[in-house]
Amino acid sequence: MSDQLSVTFAALADPTRRAILARLAAGEASVTELAKPFDLSLPGVSKHLKVLQRAGLITQSRNAQWRPCRLEARRLKEAADWVGEYRRFWDESFERLDVVLQDLMKEMESVENDRRKDDGEG
Amino acid sequence: MEKAEYKVEPGKQELTATRMFDAPRELVFKAFTDPKLFAQWWGPRRYTNVMEKFDVRPGGMWRVVQKGEDGDEHAFRGVHHDVVAPERIVATFEYEGVPGNVLLQTMTLEAMGARTRLVAHQVFQSVGDRDGMVGSGMKEGADESYERLDDLLDELKAGDK
Repeated sequence: MSDQLSVTFAALADPTRRAILARLAAGEASVTELAKPFDLSLPGVSKHLKVLQRAGLITQSRNAQWRPCRLEARRLKEAADWVGEYRRFWDESFERLDVVLQDLMKEMESVENDRRKDDGEG
Repeated sequence: MEKAEYKVEPGKQELTATRMFDAPRELVFKAFTDPKLFAQWWGPRRYTNVMEKFDVRPGGMWRVVQKGEDGDEHAFRGVHHDVVAPERIVATFEYEGVPGNVLLQTMTLEAMGARTRLVAHQVFQSVGDRDGMVGSGMKEGADESYERLDDLLDELKAGDK
């Protein structure tokens, strides 16, 4: 799992590859279509696609003439799950910390009020 | 409710979380350094924190055991390296289930009037360590939601800026 994640994250480390994934999130596309928005040659795009393929992030169909590329959401989801778990740990901690801080402030306020009351009476 | 921002960039061995708190910096610092208070908030709700050691001085050790409702236990430990009230805590962090994978975390508290901004920065020994960490002690069960996929894509896009 950890090794697979490293491969996935390494493949995601390049902005062009992330842009390709973002494009594929909108639907299948051919290699030519994917090359268009980037200033890349077809072999250049193919190189990126190979990295994404090895990481299991995309697949390329062998059936159709135009060999469309498709996003493999499952592998990307594993990476998203990882980020989500880290986030969940801290989000929950931070929410609890909010409550602790509110209690502390109330405590301080009441101590302050008592002190004022004492001062007033004394 | 304040929303935390997480910066998790692909291929890097670090993580950053940023979060605002509606309390003065001295109080937030206290919640991070007083073991009784720390035990009340750190980690998921379903765990009870047992504070075995919590010496918040440079060189002071800390060890916290998280006990789950179904009897599972996860121990974490480290050493405080730099503690500057009320603004900075530098400590190492290690999950005993995967010994040897030590990360260095720097908690920085910035006063924003009566509020406080926390920046939690964690540096791992390698990208693989970072990417493997949650699979151990912090795993909270898989959620099948695809929302996080959108979040990840957003984060990846944001990382390009």
